[in-house]
Amino acid sequence: MGLPEVMLAVLWVGLTAYVLFGGADFGGGVWDLLSGGAGTGSRRRELVEHSIGPVWEANHVWLIFVIVLMWTGIPSVFAAVASTLYIPLTLAALGIIARGAAFAFRKVSTRLWQRRLFGATFAFSSVVTPFFLGTAAGAIASGRVPPGIARGDLVTSWANPTSLTAGALAVGTAAYLAACYLTRDAERTGQPDLAEEFRRRALVTGVVVGVLSAAGLLVLHADAPGLFAELTTGRALPFLVLSVAAGVASLPLLWLRRYREVRVTAALAVVGLLWGWGVGQYPVLLPGVTLREAAATTSVLAASLGALAVGAVLLVPSLWWLYATFQREHTAGKEQAET
Amino acid sequence: MVTPLLNTVGATPADLGAARGQMALSLGWHIVLACLGVGMPAITLLAEWRGHRTGDVHYRLLARRWARAMGVLFAVGAVSGTILSFEMGLLWPGLMGTYGEVIGLPFSLEGIAFFIEAIFLGVYLYAWERLPPGKHLLSGVPIVLAGVASAFFVVTANAWMQQPTGFALRDGRVVAVSPWAAMFNPATPPQTVHMILAAFMVAGYGMAGVYAVAMLRGRRDRYHRLGLLLPMTVAAVVTPFQIGVGDWAAHFVADYQPVKLAAMEGVFASGRDVPLHLGGVAVDGELRYALEIPYGLSLLAHWNPHAAVRGLDAVPPGDWPPVNIVHWGFQIMVGMGMALLLLAAWLAVSWWRRRDIPGTVWFARAAAVSGVAAVVALEAGWVVTEVGRQPWIVFRVLRTADAVNPAPGLVYGFALVTAVYVVLTVATVYVLRRLARDVPVPVAPQEPDVSGYKVV
Repeated sequence: MGLPEVMLAVLWVGLTAYVLFGGADFGGGVWDLLSGGAGTGSRRRELVEHSIGPVWEANHVWLIFVIVLMWTGIPSVFAAVASTLYIPLTLAALGIIARGAAFAFRKVSTRLWQRRLFGATFAFSSVVTPFFLGTAAGAIASGRVPPGIARGDLVTSWANPTSLTAGALAVGTAAYLAACYLTRDAERTGQPDLAEEFRRRALVTGVVVGVLSAAGLLVLHADAPGLFAELTTGRALPFLVLSVAAGVASLPLLWLRRYREVRVTAALAVVGLLWGWGVGQYPVLLPGVTLREAAATTSVLAASLGALAVGAVLLVPSLWWLYATFQREHTAGKEQAET
Repeated sequence: MVTPLLNTVGATPADLGAARGQMALSLGWHIVLACLGVGMPAITLLAEWRGHRTGDVHYRLLARRWARAMGVLFAVGAVSGTILSFEMGLLWPGLMGTYGEVIGLPFSLEGIAFFIEAIFLGVYLYAWERLPPGKHLLSGVPIVLAGVASAFFVVTANAWMQQPTGFALRDGRVVAVSPWAAMFNPATPPQTVHMILAAFMVAGYGMAGVYAVAMLRGRRDRYHRLGLLLPMTVAAVVTPFQIGVGDWAAHFVADYQPVKLAAMEGVFASGRDVPLHLGGVAVDGELRYALEIPYGLSLLAHWNPHAAVRGLDAVPPGDWPPVNIVHWGFQIMVGMGMALLLLAAWLAVSWWRRRDIPGTVWFARAAAVSGVAAVVALEAGWVVTEVGRQPWIVFRVLRTADAVNPAPGLVYGFALVTAVYVVLTVATVYVLRRLARDVPVPVAPQEPDVSGYKVV
């Protein structure tokens, strides 16, 4: 394994982290949207806000990490993807702005109409953004982004069966992850009724996402037969098996209210999907372009990966501390109150 | 490496204009938020530290209020920065497809710094009650360091566009890169220092301005005076250094980008004994109606009244930046900088003599507009840097017109982005004004001048 492969693996780790953490933050917005009226939905919304408030900005940085690593490590692929997928990526970027800004605005607003307006913006853009990011992923997976600048079709590259399925799957996955995570957050904050609600939602969404994934495989069979073959009979099969097994295992765990364990299986189901795609498509990045052809020069890869390795020494403990601080908050709060 | 990334079909002039307009809008918007993101945490920590040391409740209240505003500004800054990383590819694939790897290292480093900023900001804002005061203060230190570091890294990438070094081209492709040489290019030292000091000025004068407005409305209690004094002191200390660094940056431009200097000063004809032009408009290849200070430019740019200065005629007109925009951008920036220096001196003299801020209403008025003045100087300076580099996106290596996305319809994207930014601007200003109007919670109810304030 050379530096280009290491770089691509690191990029994929970043993408996985973005989907698992940032994706769940979008999912929180989806549940905010489906929380009901201002009165009845307020506790659900509070739980969502409480869970994602301290961490969403850090989770969001994974996306920037992925983009920067793309243009550093595989610059020509970045240029081809961004220029051909100009439309969905512009819409996703605007969705990101609307989501983040509205979430922050709502937090400091007190009047009902303002909270409603900012809340609706936050929730709506939480659905739109993962959808368009998903369509972009589908465009790459189905080989609709040719090399070169803006050489692909500006519309059909992302408005096609694979892209639309991937977009729907992205929204569904985000909602599913969020529901699974929120069950435990609700339990931990002493709101068993909310935990029950999100348990039901997680069960339903889990089934929906499972069906969507199966439908996605059928779409791939017709639309991207190469990737389908790799997923079902080739190198990527183990990841598909992992995804299916973890996804199926999540349902009984949810049924039995094993909320901690379900966090792991739900995440594994998504990881299997992402790495199955990555491994299935490797080493071809764009039609006719392999990783080795697109990779940046060795000096760039070495410097950037070295910098990231040093950075990881700072980042990993910091991230751990951030999550630990807010996942332990209630027990810690009690201890402080007692002392 | 893939097929050469040459645009077979170029963008229309309207689409190129739209792409430049969109980049200018989103970058010009983000730069203000980024400056606040760099400067505010330091000033807030200073207030928290003073509150911790002296027990003065006003400092603690100020720190809480500023932290609250910071939470909003940081969120908006984070997302308005993200769209920029998208736009690098959406609008300028010709730049990123070829040179993305050359400037990749500083962006990777910036990513790490931004990560650290976001993580510790989450802790700092949300764990205020849960950490003991000393630890909480410490949790803010990485935000300050990482903020300054991100500003440094990002500006090195821009500096590279002014002074591209550290790579070798063969047939239009990058074949060898030394990423550290690209990052530490000749423009890096003056540009990064100038930008980081600007961030502290924007944050300091901007925050002080809020309290100056309150003072003009009659609130001259200790809380508001400290709210003005602390940030303005930071900004006032930085201002004279910034004037010196600005001079350094101008000398750098004179030596390395003489055409940009010529546009900044409206000098068309190369020559010796060149005067300094104040004001004026460039029409038909000459600067009209300008006030001339004999030998001024030769003296300022090269410390010699008879020094030769290259004019715009050194390069063909097709390689000129838009002269009036650059010339006026520079004049406005310098004018604002000098006005802020006077304001800083006024505060210093008053403090030295009476240990107090000047009592006159004129000081409060000047302080109230100082934040706006700092932002205007920031934007004007950024225009000089970026418009002065035109028609190149990478100075003397790649033209902006050759880097733009040739896809049709960029104009519609620009219209949509503009609409979103108008709404974003209105909402941000509205929310910040509301935040400024709510009054803070009484941490100590016995404090009469903050009672009646609703807490954070």
